[in-house]
Amino acid sequence: MFDNVWLIPLFPLIGFLINGLFGKKIKNEAVIGGIGTLMIFLSFLVSCGILMQMIGLPPEQRVFEKVVFPWIHSGHFKADMAFLLDPLSCIMIMVVTGVGTLIHLYSIGYMHGEEGFYRFFAYLNLFCMSMLLLVLGSNMLVMFIGWEGVGLCSYLLIGYYFHKKSAGDAAKKAFVMNRVGDFGFLIGLFTLYWWFGSNHNIWTVNFMEIKAASHLLPYGGVVTVATLCFFVGATGKSAQIPLFTWLPDAMEGPTPVSALIHAATMVTAGVYMIGRMSFVFVKSPETMMVIAVIGAATAIFAATIGTAQNDIKRVLAYSTVSQLGFMFLAMGVGAFSAGIFHLMTHAFFKACLFLGSGSVIHAMHHALHKIHSHDDAQDMRNMGGLRSAMPITFITFLVSTIAIAGIPGFSGFFSKDEILWQAFANPYHGNLNIVLWGTGAVAACFTAFYMFRLVFMTFFGESRINPKAKSYLHESPLVITIPLMVLGALAVVGGYIGMPKILGMLPNYFEHWLEPVFELATEYSHKYVSHAAHPSHALEWGLMGLSVAIALVGITIAFTMYVKNTALPGKFVATFPALHRAVYNKWYVDELYDYLFVNPCKALGQFLWKGFDVVIVDGVVNGVANVVMGFSGIFRYLQSGYIYNYAFSMVLGVVVMLGYFIFK
Amino acid sequence: MENLNSYLIVSAVLFSIGTIGVLTRKNAIVIFMCIELMLNAVNLTFVALSRHLGNLDGQVFVFFIMTVAAAEAAVGLALIIAFYNNKESIDVDDVNLMKW
Amino acid sequence: METLFFLIISLVAIISAILVVTCKNPINSALALIMTFFCLATYYVMLDAPFMAAVQVMVYAGAIMVLMVFTIMLLNIRVDATKKHSHKLVVGSIIGFFTFLNIVIVLVRSRAALPTGPYSGEMIKKIGHTELVGREIFTSFLLPFEITSILLLVAIVGAVILAKKKI
Repeated sequence: MFDNVWLIPLFPLIGFLINGLFGKKIKNEAVIGGIGTLMIFLSFLVSCGILMQMIGLPPEQRVFEKVVFPWIHSGHFKADMAFLLDPLSCIMIMVVTGVGTLIHLYSIGYMHGEEGFYRFFAYLNLFCMSMLLLVLGSNMLVMFIGWEGVGLCSYLLIGYYFHKKSAGDAAKKAFVMNRVGDFGFLIGLFTLYWWFGSNHNIWTVNFMEIKAASHLLPYGGVVTVATLCFFVGATGKSAQIPLFTWLPDAMEGPTPVSALIHAATMVTAGVYMIGRMSFVFVKSPETMMVIAVIGAATAIFAATIGTAQNDIKRVLAYSTVSQLGFMFLAMGVGAFSAGIFHLMTHAFFKACLFLGSGSVIHAMHHALHKIHSHDDAQDMRNMGGLRSAMPITFITFLVSTIAIAGIPGFSGFFSKDEILWQAFANPYHGNLNIVLWGTGAVAACFTAFYMFRLVFMTFFGESRINPKAKSYLHESPLVITIPLMVLGALAVVGGYIGMPKILGMLPNYFEHWLEPVFELATEYSHKYVSHAAHPSHALEWGLMGLSVAIALVGITIAFTMYVKNTALPGKFVATFPALHRAVYNKWYVDELYDYLFVNPCKALGQFLWKGFDVVIVDGVVNGVANVVMGFSGIFRYLQSGYIYNYAFSMVLGVVVMLGYFIFK
Repeated sequence: MENLNSYLIVSAVLFSIGTIGVLTRKNAIVIFMCIELMLNAVNLTFVALSRHLGNLDGQVFVFFIMTVAAAEAAVGLALIIAFYNNKESIDVDDVNLMKW
Repeated sequence: METLFFLIISLVAIISAILVVTCKNPINSALALIMTFFCLATYYVMLDAPFMAAVQVMVYAGAIMVLMVFTIMLLNIRVDATKKHSHKLVVGSIIGFFTFLNIVIVLVRSRAALPTGPYSGEMIKKIGHTELVGREIFTSFLLPFEITSILLLVAIVGAVILAKKKI
C-alpha cells in the first residue's frame, strides 16, 4: 500500500540530474530554482500521503518494507535496495522534505545572482536524495549510501565558495572528520554482521531482521564494541565531542546550507541512526552511559563557546552542536522518542533561526555593498537595532529564540523539558542522573543566555551599522520571508503534538506514534534495570518550574548585559581576561587537535613524501627507467634501421639454427 | 650420370655465393640477382635428387619455383623502380625510413 | 669424358657466380648470371631433364634476365665504385662459408636413399621427359598448377600498381 515510497528519493534525484546536467544551459534562475523546489515539494506531497495512510493504520501494522530492486546477492550476503517505512522514518521524511522545501524556496531568494546558481540547487537536490535514502534505507548498506552521500553534499556545499581558501579548508575539514566517523560506522556494521553470522548463522544487514534476531544479542560485550563504533559514526556526522569542530567551520557555506544540512537534517542523522537501532544500543548499558555523558558534555561545552562568539552564524553553529548534545543525552538516557521529538522541534526553530540570520546577513551584505564598505556582514558587533528595519525577520527570529530557550508554550520547551526530566528520572544511570540533569540544565541556561545575547545584539539597542548603510537596510523579499513565517509558526505550535503527560491538556501523540518503534528497546532495558523509578508528579512539576526559571535567568542576564547596561560585557572581559580568551578561542580545541593529530599527520606525511616517496618510490621508478635506458642504449645498435642488417641477422639465425640441429 | 654428391656440392657452392652476395652488396638489383642465384642453386638440388630417386615430384616443384621466381621478379623490379622514383637511388643504404 | 665435362661446367658456373657477386657494374653481373643459368641448363640436360633445361633457358635466361637488364638500363644506374663495404665483405664471407659448411655436412650426413620412384633413365628416354612432367603436372599437381595462374595474375596487377606513378 505504500508502493509509491520509492518516488520520495526519486524526485530530488530527477531535480539533481536536470539542474546538474542542464542547469548551465538553462541560466534562468526562476526555472532552476523552480525545478529544484518543485521536486522536493513533490516528495513532500508523497510523504504527506504516506503519513496520512499510516495514521489510518493500527499501530502494529505500521511497518512496511518496499524492495525497489535486488542489489547485492552474494553467498550469505544479501542487501536489497529497499525502503523501510515505519513511524520513525515517516517523521524523518516529513522533516526532511518539509523543511527542505521551505529552504529550497528560501534559497531562490537568498542565492539570487550568485555564480553557479544551478550548481547550488543541484547539490541541494542531491543532498535531499541522499538524506532520504539515509532515513528510508531498510538495511545498513542503503543507509550507508545515504550517510556517505550527505557527507559528500555537505562537503560540496560547504565548499560552495571554493575560490575562498577558508571555505575550501572548512569543506576538507568536514569531510575528513566525517570520514573518521564513517569508519566507525563501517566497523560497527561489520562487527554486528559478523557476530550474527558467525554465532547464529544469520547473515543480515537488514534492520527488521536484526530487530527480529536482537533477542540473541548479549548484554554488553560485543554489543558494546559494535554500538560504540556506531556511536563514533554518529559523533562524526552529528558533531559531538570529539568530532564536533567541523560544524562551526562549516558555516563558510551559504546560509540555506547551514540551515538545511548543518542544523535541520544531516547533523541529526546520528540521532536517527541511534533511534533506528535502539534495540541494539539499549543492550549495552556502557554505551548508553557513554552516549549520555558525551551528549551532556557536548551540550554544555558548545553552549559555553557560544556565549563569546561574535559571528552570528557561528553562535548558531555552536548552538546546534549544543542542541545535538541534548538529543544524544536523550538517546543515552533511553528517552528515544524525546530525542526524536527534540530533533523535530529543533529542525523547525533552528532552521528558522538560520534562515533569519541569513535574511539579516543578506540585508547587511546588500547595504554594505551599496556603500562599498568592507565591514563583516556577519559580525554582530556591526549590527544592532535591526528590528525596525526588518520586522518579519525580527518576529520570526524572536519566536524561534524563545522556543530554543525553553519558554513554556513554545515547541522547544516541550522537547527540552522532556529530555531534562528523563535525564533526571530515567532508570539507567543511577546516581549519574543528577549530574546529567544538572549539566543539561546549566547548558539550557547558557542556551537562553547566548541566544538572547544574539537577539539583543542584532535587533535591539543602538544601531552600530555604518550610518551611511543604514538607509539601504530593508526587509527581505517574500520568497525569503514566507519560509521564515512558516517555520516560525511551526516553532510555536510544533511542540503541541508531544506535550508531556503531566501537563495533561493534550495526549502525547508523538510518543504514542513512536511507541511501536521503541517498544522493543524499552523491553530489553527492563531486564537490567532492576527498579523502575517512579518519581512523584510534584517532583516533575518542580523540575519543570526550575528549568523555566533557569531559562528566565539566562534571558535576564542577557538582557542586563546587552540592553540595559552595555558596558557590563567589557567589564566582565576585563575582570576575567583568561577565561574570556579561552572561551573566545573555543577552548583551544582546534589548536589541541592540530597539536595532537594534524601536525603529527603532517609530519608523517612530510616524512613519507621526502623520505619514502622521493627516495625509495621515485628511486625505484627512476632506477628501472635508467636501467631500461642503459640497456636500450646498448641494444639500439642491433636495430640499425638498415634492411641489409636485418637480412644479415636472419641469415645468421638460420645458419646458427641449422648448425645447432646438425651438431646437436 | 655423375655422382649425386658432385651436383649437391656445386649447388651448395652456388647457394653460399648467392648468400654472400645478398649480404655484401648494396645495389638492390644485384642483391636481387643473387637471390635468383640462390633459387637456382636450390633448383639444381631438386632436379639432382629427383633424378637420383627416380621421382618427378622434385622437377614439378622446380617448375613451380620458376613460376614464383618470375612473379617475384615482376613485383620486385616494380618495387625497385618505385623506390628509385622516390629516392633517385637503388642503394639499400638509402632504404632508411626505419632508421631512428 | 663426362666427368671432365662436368668439371668444366662446374668451373664456369662457379666462376660466373663469383662474378655476379663481385662485378661493380650491374650489367656485368647480369651477364655473368645469364652464364650461370646456361650452365645450370646444361646440368639439367645431363640429369636427363631436357624439359627443365628448356624452361630454364626460356624463363630465366630469357624472360627474367631480360627484365632485369631492361630495368638496369631504364634506371641508368651508375657504377657504385665509391661505396666501401669491406667489413661487410669479411663478415658476409664468413657467414657464407658457414652456410656452405652446414649444407655440405647435411648432404654428406644424410645418405640419400635408394631410388624409390618408377622413373629410371631408360624410361625417361623411352617415353620422353616432357610428356612425363606434363602427366605429373596435369594429374597429381593440377590444383597447384591452377593456383599458380592466380599467383601470376596477382603479380601482374601488383607490378603495374607499384610501377605506375599515378593509378
